[in-house]
Amino acid sequence: MNAADGGATRIPVSTPGVGHLRAERPFPTSAREAVADRALRANLTAATTRIRAKRDAAVAEVPDWAELRAAGAAIKDDVLAHLDTYLVRLEEQVTARGGTVHWAADAAEADRIVVELVTATGASEVVKVKSMTTMEIGLNEALAAAGIEAVETDLAELIVQLGDDWPSHFLVPAIHRNRREIRDIFLSAMPGVDPGLSEDPAALAEAARAYLRARFLSARVAVSGANFAVAETGTLAVVESEGNGRMCLTLPETLITVMGIEKLVPRWADLEVLMQLLPRSSTAERMNPYTSFWSGSTEGQAFHLVLVDNGRTATLADPDGRAALRCIRCSACLNVCPVYERVGGHAYGSVYPGPIGAVLSPQLTGVAANPTLPFASTLCGACYEVCPVAIDIPTMLVHLRERVVASGAEPAAERAGMAALAWVMSRRRRFDVALAGLRTGRLLGRRHGRVRRLPPPLSAWTATRDLPRPPERSFLDWWDEEGRR
Amino acid sequence: MRISLMATCLVDAMFPDVGRATVGLLRRLGHRVEVPAEQTCCGQMHLNTGYGPRALGVVRHHVTAFAGAEVVVAPSASCVASVRHGHAALARAAGEPGLAAEAEALGARTHELSELLVDVLGVTEVGAWYPHRVTWHPTCHSLRLLQVGDRPRRLLEAVEDLELVELPGAEQCCGFGGTFALKNPAVSSAMLDDKVRHVLDSGAAVCSAGDSSCLMQIGGGLTRRSSPVRTVHLAEILASSR
Repeated sequence: MNAADGGATRIPVSTPGVGHLRAERPFPTSAREAVADRALRANLTAATTRIRAKRDAAVAEVPDWAELRAAGAAIKDDVLAHLDTYLVRLEEQVTARGGTVHWAADAAEADRIVVELVTATGASEVVKVKSMTTMEIGLNEALAAAGIEAVETDLAELIVQLGDDWPSHFLVPAIHRNRREIRDIFLSAMPGVDPGLSEDPAALAEAARAYLRARFLSARVAVSGANFAVAETGTLAVVESEGNGRMCLTLPETLITVMGIEKLVPRWADLEVLMQLLPRSSTAERMNPYTSFWSGSTEGQAFHLVLVDNGRTATLADPDGRAALRCIRCSACLNVCPVYERVGGHAYGSVYPGPIGAVLSPQLTGVAANPTLPFASTLCGACYEVCPVAIDIPTMLVHLRERVVASGAEPAAERAGMAALAWVMSRRRRFDVALAGLRTGRLLGRRHGRVRRLPPPLSAWTATRDLPRPPERSFLDWWDEEGRR
Repeated sequence: MRISLMATCLVDAMFPDVGRATVGLLRRLGHRVEVPAEQTCCGQMHLNTGYGPRALGVVRHHVTAFAGAEVVVAPSASCVASVRHGHAALARAAGEPGLAAEAEALGARTHELSELLVDVLGVTEVGAWYPHRVTWHPTCHSLRLLQVGDRPRRLLEAVEDLELVELPGAEQCCGFGGTFALKNPAVSSAMLDDKVRHVLDSGAAVCSAGDSSCLMQIGGGLTRRSSPVRTVHLAEILASSR
């Protein structure tokens, strides 16, 4: 075990994260299929285009956005630098208020803890809200294996669950679905649904409401995630739009919250900053409709907090990668990403898709388990521009690409080619020889003045676009022969 | 002013007219242009693909090739960004503080073409004439890494008889991304589809940008669709005169 270096944090580094963080197939393969799905692309383009414009307008209203963003980054960096202190304070405060804190090194341990807690209550059903971390650890499958049914109560997560599907977005887990698809899912999988259900959004919401209300009233155990935890008072926070979360958090006799260890902030005052950044960046709202806070056990309700590492301390140990743990899961980077817009969330193979997923997932699992995600970006920089906590995702992607290359995961031909090119580019006369070779390429494209077909690997280019025919002489040759004077 | 031209490997090898235009433009403005003979490449492809440590020799070579330059200009935002942001960081990570210091100093005096014209030379009206309808694609690295802002637009707006038309979704990436185009060709092509459609929707006869790499992607998509819309680098438009 290593200690995380830098700052004041001295936390032992856990084993790599496991759970739903890695793809079975390489990103380019999944992406190719996703790109070919016209309905998916239409759903995604419509949704991301709309929310991008709304987000820009919501952010433009705030004159000191740049300062807020810097403050948000500083708050999270302070959390990461003193995570050991703040986590212990959080535990003390939650415990002092009657809650119980559990520590889970990885997904498997977290699942085991939650299953044991639910089993101890005798319940065979749990209602859930804010489920991303529990998706990461595969909790629903672990509960099912123990004979416990989990019911997602966030509308979009319910759609995903009933469709036997996976979330493809942080904020809009069913962003890849349109109304008609949602109606079909409800008709086939929602018990007691009206067979004449229309695809009108209000009718769909009402159907979900009727179905969920019965579950809220019968459930004895709830499992939630958390947006924030305030260390100084041991207070948990859930930010939501529907109010279903609040019913989940307040009605059952037992509440179990599963949270990544990086989600805490030291002080209430920090939420003043983060609660301005989060809603505007995610839903493009000035303030989200429902924000619930609770501290420890409340009357009639037992409270358990499960703190999950699952690769986070390993991420923290990397000075060039740890800023990914600043993420507050707003999803602004997904909405602006030109790659995400074309492929959707499933192609990333992790519960954390998009640009932040491409840097977070490989760090949580180790790059060997996720070698293609760091390359799933053109490095256009749109993600960094909108990130409310200023995570420099493009630079981090390059850093992770270096780790992938250093691990030897890239094809031998690519490594040899890159080595040869570096050798060529280190001396002008070598480059001149290479340019002379390039000119033999003039044999191609004589007819159209364009090169329309090349052998692999360059066929990847010419499958969909032309290349110019190489010129008769290079720029430096022109300069030597007539440009200089 | 004595200005050293960093042609960039792509312009040198594939788009020499862009280099010639840059020379012609700067001479017309009364400056002396030099082309350091040892120059090759900034190593951006290595740096961005995870082969940074491999490119240390390329960076060292670049720094040596431009050692005598007072002011450097390159007709590429992404190559300037590589020089300005990538080189020193790589040298530092490789434990070469001396090289890092030289690279940092060179990066500070290396400018993308619109930066050089507007900020260093203080001109927006360069005496160009270009009687065509043009749309402008602000390349990602000019927009977000160099933050050139409206400098290229101001230069284009001052060109006589040039009609500048809006490009829908202008700030979205064209899908090139260097080795991304080969590693994720399906996504790259899907992004290109949308960019080409927007270029055609703009009604322009010419799509211009400050990076030949992005223009190679967009132009490759346009000619594959047999579109008559041409791609022309900013330097070529600004060099054009009556």
